[in-house]
Amino acid sequence: MSDLQSPSKFHNFLNIAKANMRNYTMFLILGLIMLGFAILTDGVNFHPRNFTYIFIQNSYILILAIGMILIIIVGDIDLSVGSLSGFLGAISVIIYNNLGFGFVPTIILTILIGLAIGAFMGYWVAYVNIPAFIVTLAGMFLFRGLTYIITNVTPITPRTQIFKDMASGTVDFLKINTMAANSNGEMVQQAFQPLPIIIGILIILYMVFSGIKDRKNKIKNDFTILPIGYFITQQVFFAAILMLLCVKFAQYRGLPNVFAILGITAIIFMFITRSTVFGRYIYAVGGNARSAKLSGINSEKVKFLVHVIMGGICGLAGVVFTGYMNSALPDAGKDFELEAIAACYIGGASAAGGVGTIIGAIMGGLVMGVINNGMSLMNIGANWQYVVKGSVLLLAVWYDVYTRKKAGLA
Amino acid sequence: MDESIILEVRNLTKEFPGVRALDNVNFSVKKGEIHCLCGENGAGKSTLMNVISGVHPHGSYEGHVLFHGKETRYKDVKDSEKDNIAIIHQELTLSPYLSIYENIFLGHIKPKFGIINWTKLITDSKKYLQKVGLKDDPDTIVSKMGVGKQQLVEIARALSKKVELLILDEPTSSLNDAESKALLQLILDLKKEGITCIMISHKLNELLEIADSITILRDGRTIRSYNTKEEQVSEAMLIQDMVGRDITHRYPERKNTIEDTVVMEVKDWTVYHPEYPDLAVVKKASFSLRKGEILAFCGPMGAGRTELMMSLFGKSYGSRSSGILRVYGEEKNFHSPKDAIESGIGYVSEDRKNLGLILIQDVKTNITNSSLKKISSHGVIKKSQEVSEAEKYRKALSIKTPSIDQMVKNLSGGNQQKVVLSRCLMAEPSIFIVDEPTRGIDVGAKYEIYTILNELVSRGKSIIMVSSEMPEAIGMADRIIVMNEGRIKGELTRQEASQEKIMTLALKKVQEN
Repeated sequence: MSDLQSPSKFHNFLNIAKANMRNYTMFLILGLIMLGFAILTDGVNFHPRNFTYIFIQNSYILILAIGMILIIIVGDIDLSVGSLSGFLGAISVIIYNNLGFGFVPTIILTILIGLAIGAFMGYWVAYVNIPAFIVTLAGMFLFRGLTYIITNVTPITPRTQIFKDMASGTVDFLKINTMAANSNGEMVQQAFQPLPIIIGILIILYMVFSGIKDRKNKIKNDFTILPIGYFITQQVFFAAILMLLCVKFAQYRGLPNVFAILGITAIIFMFITRSTVFGRYIYAVGGNARSAKLSGINSEKVKFLVHVIMGGICGLAGVVFTGYMNSALPDAGKDFELEAIAACYIGGASAAGGVGTIIGAIMGGLVMGVINNGMSLMNIGANWQYVVKGSVLLLAVWYDVYTRKKAGLA
Repeated sequence: MDESIILEVRNLTKEFPGVRALDNVNFSVKKGEIHCLCGENGAGKSTLMNVISGVHPHGSYEGHVLFHGKETRYKDVKDSEKDNIAIIHQELTLSPYLSIYENIFLGHIKPKFGIINWTKLITDSKKYLQKVGLKDDPDTIVSKMGVGKQQLVEIARALSKKVELLILDEPTSSLNDAESKALLQLILDLKKEGITCIMISHKLNELLEIADSITILRDGRTIRSYNTKEEQVSEAMLIQDMVGRDITHRYPERKNTIEDTVVMEVKDWTVYHPEYPDLAVVKKASFSLRKGEILAFCGPMGAGRTELMMSLFGKSYGSRSSGILRVYGEEKNFHSPKDAIESGIGYVSEDRKNLGLILIQDVKTNITNSSLKKISSHGVIKKSQEVSEAEKYRKALSIKTPSIDQMVKNLSGGNQQKVVLSRCLMAEPSIFIVDEPTRGIDVGAKYEIYTILNELVSRGKSIIMVSSEMPEAIGMADRIIVMNEGRIKGELTRQEASQEKIMTLALKKVQEN
C-alpha cells in the first residue's frame, strides 16, 4: 500500500495505531475504569485477592457470554440462558446427590443434558422458523418453572464440598512457601504459586512465535503486513496484560479453577470463530442469511448448532454458579441472560447480527464486573450499580455506533 | 453569476476510508435541462449525487455546492428536500408493506388537526399515478409489485412534493424496454413543466435520446461536458471518455465452442408462488443446455425467468415445484443450494445486495464463503491459502479495492458484482446460471464480464444468462429462449435473433392448456 511508504515513520505508526484503535479500545476502557477505581479505593481493587475474586464472581456470566456472543453473531437472541443455567445447576446437584455419580461425570452429564435442551430450542428456531426471541422467552418461563418443580422451591445442597471447591478453589499444583511481612509487620508464611506465571510465559511465547511465523509467511507470499514497530508494540501490550493477570493470581492463591475453565472455553471458541469453517458460517449466516444460503451454506444447521452449543454452555455455567453458592437455588440464574447479553453488546456485538468477537464479549462482561466490584468496595449498593450498569451499556453501544460511523463501517 | 444555472459544483473532493471517491469535481446544470451523468462503476456518480442531495452532509466533503447561486450546507436529505431537490436512488426506498398511496405521501402527509384524510390522499395519489402512467390501484401493497412499477411509484412520490431538481440514479436499470421508454417520455414531460433533471445512466442510447447536456466522470474526476444541442455526440465518443480508451466492440468476439454433450436438461418445470401456493409462476418450462454454450433467457420483467432459475438452483424460490431436472444425464432432486453447488451448478443472483453479498464482510470473506471446504483441512481454514486465493480472483477480475480486507459495502456496484462472480468462480461449477450479470454496471466493466463469460465457455463450461437487455443477449448468446407470463414462448438462434423477433415472441399469444 502506498501509505506504508509515507515520509515520517512515527507519523505512519500513529496512523496505523489509529486505524486499529477499535480493536484495543475495550482494553483501554477497562484499564481506565480499573485505574479510576484504584484512585477511589486507594488501590484496594488491584489487590491480588480482589483481582482473583473479580474473576470468580463473574465467571458464570463470562462463560455464558461466550455462548451468547455466538447466538448474537448468528443474528438471534437467547433469553432462556438464566433459567436454563438455574435448571441445569439444580439437575447437576440432583445427579450428584441421588445417582451416586462422581463430580466429573456429573459435569459431563449436565453439559450433555444442556446440549440436548439446546437442540430442542434450536429445532424450533432453525427448522420451524419461530423467532429466537419468542422461543427463548418461552424457554425462560419453562425452565424457571421446571427449576421450581425439581427443587421443590427449596435450596438443595450438594452432598460434598466439591462443588464449592471447584468454584472457589485454585489449580493446586506447584506451590512455593515464602516468608512475607503481613500488615502488622510480622513475618508469616505465604504461598507463592508459580503456576500462573509459567502458563502465562508459555502463552506469551506461543503468541510471539506464532506471530513471527505468520509475519514471515505473509512476507514470503508478498501480503501486506503491519510495520515491525507496530507488531512489537502489539505483542508487548498483550504480554503485559497477561503477565499482570498471572502475577496477581500467583500472589494470591494461584490460578482459580473457574479462570481455567473460562480460559479453556474461551480459547476453544476463539479458535472456532476465527479459524474454522463452522465459525465462518456463523458470521456469514448472521451477516446475511439469504445470501449465505445461496452460497451453499446450510443456514438452518448453523443456527441449530449455535443453539445446541449455548445449551451446553448453560450446563457449564449452571454447575459453576451452583458451586459458587454451594447450593442449587430455585431462583438461581435470574437475570443472567440480560447480563450476558449486555456483555456482548458492550463488547462491540451488533444487534443486527454478523458482528462480534469472543474476546469482546469477555471484555464487556469484565467491564461490568469491574464496575460492580469497584462500587462494592466503595460501599455503594446494588441499587446504584444497576444505574451505572445501564448507563455503561448505553454509552458503550453509543461509542461503538459512533466510531463505526466515523470509520465508514456502518 | 449566470442566472440560467440552477446547480453548480466547485472543486468537490470527497474521501471514504481508503478511497478518494471524488477528486476536484466541477460541473454545472442549467435550469430546465436534462443533464445526464455517466461514467464507469466507481467513477463517483452516485457519490456526487449523494453530496448534492445531502446524503453526505456538509463538512464531510471539501469544495462547494451552489444551488440557485447560494452555497448549500445540507445536514441531511430533509434539508435538500426543503430546497425542492428530490433524489431517487438506485436502490428503491419504498416501505414494502405499505400501499402505493401511503408510500407516495409517506413523510409529508399534512393532517388536519392530527387526522389524516385518507380518501383525499387516495384521490390525490391517483393524479400522480396517472402522471407516471401507472394504472394500479393505489391500495396495492408495494411489495406485491414488480421493481419496474416500484420505480414509477418512487417518481410519483417525488412529484407529490414540490420539486425543482429531480435526481435519478439509474432509473431504467431494472426496467424492460417498454417501461424504460415510458419512463424517458415521462422525464421529457417533466422537463416541459420546468423541472430540471439530473440522470445517471449506463444506457448510452437512452441518454443520447433525451439529454441536453452530458457530463462524464472517470475515477472521481470530471472528464468532459457535452452540450448535445451544439455538438454531435456519439456513443463511441462517450465510451471513449468513460474508459479512457477506444472500445470498438461492445461485445467481445465469440468462437463457437458448443459440444454435443447435453449438460442440463429441464422438463415440464413448474414453480408455484411462495405465498400463493396455487399460483404457478413458471408453467411447464422445458429446455436443455449443451457443453460450451451460452443460453440466454429474455423476456419482460415478471416473465418468470429469475423464479425458474432460482427454483432450479436448489429450490431457492417458491413453495413447491414439479418437473424433471437432469444434470449430466442424471436425474437430480436438489433440496437446497448446497446440493446444487455440490453438483456443479453456480448461481449469480440479480440482487447482489440482498442475495449475493454479505455487505458487512470484507472482499476476501465474500469470495471464499462458498468454497471454504477447499481451503481448509478438518474444518480449519488455512488462512494464507485463503488470502492467496482471494488475491488471485482480485487480480484476475481486476476488482478495484484498496485491499481484500475492504468491506464490500464500500465498493462500487461493478466491483461488487465482480466479487459475487469471484465467489461463484471459486466454487468451480461446470454450469453457471448468471442472472442479469451486468445490471447497473458501466460499459467497461460489462466488457470485462463478457470476456470472463466467454473464457468460461471456451474452457468447456456452460452458461445460462438471464438478461433484460436484448442487445446483450443477442451479442453474447448462442441461443435465446424467450419467456413471458411464466411460459417459454420460443427459441431463437444467434443468427436469427433480433430485438423485434424477441419482442414478437414474448408477446405471442399461447393457448392455455
